[in-house]
Amino acid sequence: MSLNYITPEFEIKRNYDRCISCRVCERQCANEAHIYDEDSKIMLADESKCVDCQRCVSLCPTHALKIVKNECAFRENANWQSDTIKEIYKQASSGGVLLSSMGNPKPLPVYWDKMLVNASQVTNPPIDPLREPMETKVFLGKKPSRPERNADGSLKTDLPPQLELSMPVMFSAMSYGSISYNAHESLARAAAELGIYYNTGEGGLHEDFYAYGPNTIVQVASGRFGVHEGYLSAGAAIEIKMGQGAKPGIGGHLPGTKIVGDVSRTRMIPEGSDAISPAPHHDIYSIEDLRQLVYSLKEATQYKKPVIVKVAAVHNIAAIASGIARSGADIIAIDGFRGGTGAAPTRIRDNVGIPIELALAAVDQRLRDEGIRNDVSLVVGGSIRCASDVVKAIALGADACYVATAALLALGCHLCRTCQTGKCNWGIATQRPELVKRLNPNIGRERLVNLMTAWKHEIKELMGGMGINSIETLRGNRLMLRGINMTEKELEILGISHAGE
Amino acid sequence: MKLEGQVRIPSGCAISAVISKEGRRMTGEKIIESMIPMHDRSNGLGGGFAAYGIYPEYRDYYAFHIFYDDSAAKSECENFLKESFEIVNAEIIPIRKIPEITDVPLIWRYFLDPLKSVLSRRQLDEKEYVARAVTAVNTKINGAYVFSSGKNMGVFKAVGFPEDVGRFYRLEEYEAYSWTAHGRYPTNTPGWWGGAHPFALLDYSIVHNGEISSYDANRRCIEMYGYKCTLQTDTEVITYIADYLLRRQGLTLEETASVIAAPFWSTINGKDETERKTLSYLRTVYPSLLITGPFSIILGFEGGLMALNDRLKLRSMVCAEKDDKVFIGSEEAAIRVMEPNAENIYAPAGGEPVIVKVKEGAF
Repeated sequence: MSLNYITPEFEIKRNYDRCISCRVCERQCANEAHIYDEDSKIMLADESKCVDCQRCVSLCPTHALKIVKNECAFRENANWQSDTIKEIYKQASSGGVLLSSMGNPKPLPVYWDKMLVNASQVTNPPIDPLREPMETKVFLGKKPSRPERNADGSLKTDLPPQLELSMPVMFSAMSYGSISYNAHESLARAAAELGIYYNTGEGGLHEDFYAYGPNTIVQVASGRFGVHEGYLSAGAAIEIKMGQGAKPGIGGHLPGTKIVGDVSRTRMIPEGSDAISPAPHHDIYSIEDLRQLVYSLKEATQYKKPVIVKVAAVHNIAAIASGIARSGADIIAIDGFRGGTGAAPTRIRDNVGIPIELALAAVDQRLRDEGIRNDVSLVVGGSIRCASDVVKAIALGADACYVATAALLALGCHLCRTCQTGKCNWGIATQRPELVKRLNPNIGRERLVNLMTAWKHEIKELMGGMGINSIETLRGNRLMLRGINMTEKELEILGISHAGE
Repeated sequence: MKLEGQVRIPSGCAISAVISKEGRRMTGEKIIESMIPMHDRSNGLGGGFAAYGIYPEYRDYYAFHIFYDDSAAKSECENFLKESFEIVNAEIIPIRKIPEITDVPLIWRYFLDPLKSVLSRRQLDEKEYVARAVTAVNTKINGAYVFSSGKNMGVFKAVGFPEDVGRFYRLEEYEAYSWTAHGRYPTNTPGWWGGAHPFALLDYSIVHNGEISSYDANRRCIEMYGYKCTLQTDTEVITYIADYLLRRQGLTLEETASVIAAPFWSTINGKDETERKTLSYLRTVYPSLLITGPFSIILGFEGGLMALNDRLKLRSMVCAEKDDKVFIGSEEAAIRVMEPNAENIYAPAGGEPVIVKVKEGAF
């Protein structure tokens, strides 16, 4: 046994009373964890290759499979926990940076779970969303500070460009390349059907998806992959990505193995070349440079598209957001440190950035203190997991939320956190045609629509309970939240009272 | 126990109003009587009245009604006022000592003229100048509270049942072309006079029945524009919203009603193009000034009033007419007391503003 040997993380438990050696598991596993032994005619497993994506378990016709955590463990040590030890073995063997995917899994505080929502009792009535209208429509974009009138006294009704959302949730950026064609198609069609938006990420827009332009946010990131005039004009809004919650302060790297065929064409880079996005935009080294890019993009699109600036939630986020609000952006998107991603250096994913709840509360308050809250809309992500997270985010002050991990889960993702390998058995984070075709975009679209429809119902129920019949009056309504198990300082930053107060 | 303003206190209420479209002035007797049949809608922890047209001899001056805890607060406040205004007249507001009203603070009335030199130096519109002075007194001078600050109008309020408050202030001696009244049913309050209603800023006054669910969204929005919600009451924030939209944003009463009790999108989509565009514009530009949850309010202003229900009509409110007068009440009984032969009694729909204006030149 070599010095590098790490016990497999999972154990594949096969019930041989049930297994019929149909070899479905073998065919389904791109990691090649299942092996058919021709001699003995039984299925075997190489557990070192298993990532616990649950694909084989889900497709086994006789329910013979179970993937469980390997009980084989290092001697217990609260300081040197097994993940830490294994990472040391890996690095001692490879000399490389550790990579991982799908957001920070560490047991750091989730403030959404420490906030509780109000309901009406006696002094004002709850409202039943099944009986009364309950509005979730939101407009994102700059609002004028003073109305103007025509000569006849009527209001001039022209507005700066706005995004109209049927509910305050959008699918956040995931590039074509990092996820598959079928995943993109599912997101685009679901967004169109739902009356919301999805986001191209930094991979350009596949020509087949220009049809969904009215529900598309096109992203301009530091690599500028796939950016051209037609692309900018195709979307409903343009997002400048300055940073991302899963990996603040660093760029991106899509390996050449994923830059094939349409991905290469859409990104406008040669097949097989690595797509490396630099950490900064090389034309933005300061806030005044950002202003120039914002206005360059507005000039290129005749001031018809709102410009979003997306940043990671970092320590000085309130001041940064205030700077962005003053640099012409129509919408600010903030991504919390728990945000997901296809691949990120583990140390960065787990240690850089701050929780979105605190960032949102600080930014919303700062923009109000400066009297510029109506100059921009605020969108938050990283991570929004369910309808009550959305409601709490809106009550803290967000105009809308970005979701990505939840959307991928709806498409079949099982959060095995190995997107970086490109061997996604669910056809999502892969470009291998035989895997991509496993995700049926018709079903993908339907499941996304179902998920958002369910959330919308839940949002309405929660709003109705509070006696609120329009999402506008929930926005920034922090009196509807109470904290539990929090320090004075945490409550102060969130701008809420403790439960019982 | 925390004082009003340190804690948010929900309350139910009774409201009523009467206005003469001809500008005929009426004494306070009828409006006081209107509150008697609605006695059970209040609980003795707050009552008050707003009266328009009561100071014709001082019509050009801002009439400040101020509660003081003690004479130290009074002298501090007067020193402050002298820096910004010429005090044309200062007097104690006459009261009638009655057993129902106790813990009476010092209640003073000032007629003020903004100092032109200071006004031009600060480059402010006159009303903005006055509004800022009111905010300054109420937030910075401990023990002083300006509860009325308009021209030719006044608010009278106290802890007690409204009919007792009316007698206490001797409202039968005042003559107004427009009266509004309020009886309060707070769920808990240490009984601070400033917390009673109407709430007023400049010549805008609000009486309100309800508990809005949008309070903190509205408060955090309006505080961006320099207002300070020191009382944490719905009425206070609604008054500031009305002042902001009408005076500072220059919206009409109808447009203001379409912001605070905005029609549902489904309704807006059914309108003709011009109206649809206007209503969509107002909802898009002022989303945080929409008010949800139950309310019926009467907004008083110079030369008129506007009554408005929340868009679901979660609070009762009825209107009626007789000759030149228009009556509004939480209950029809209140109107019947004021005018037994009232006509055209109807309940306005949710979000439908009832705007009554006095004939031009008659106020």
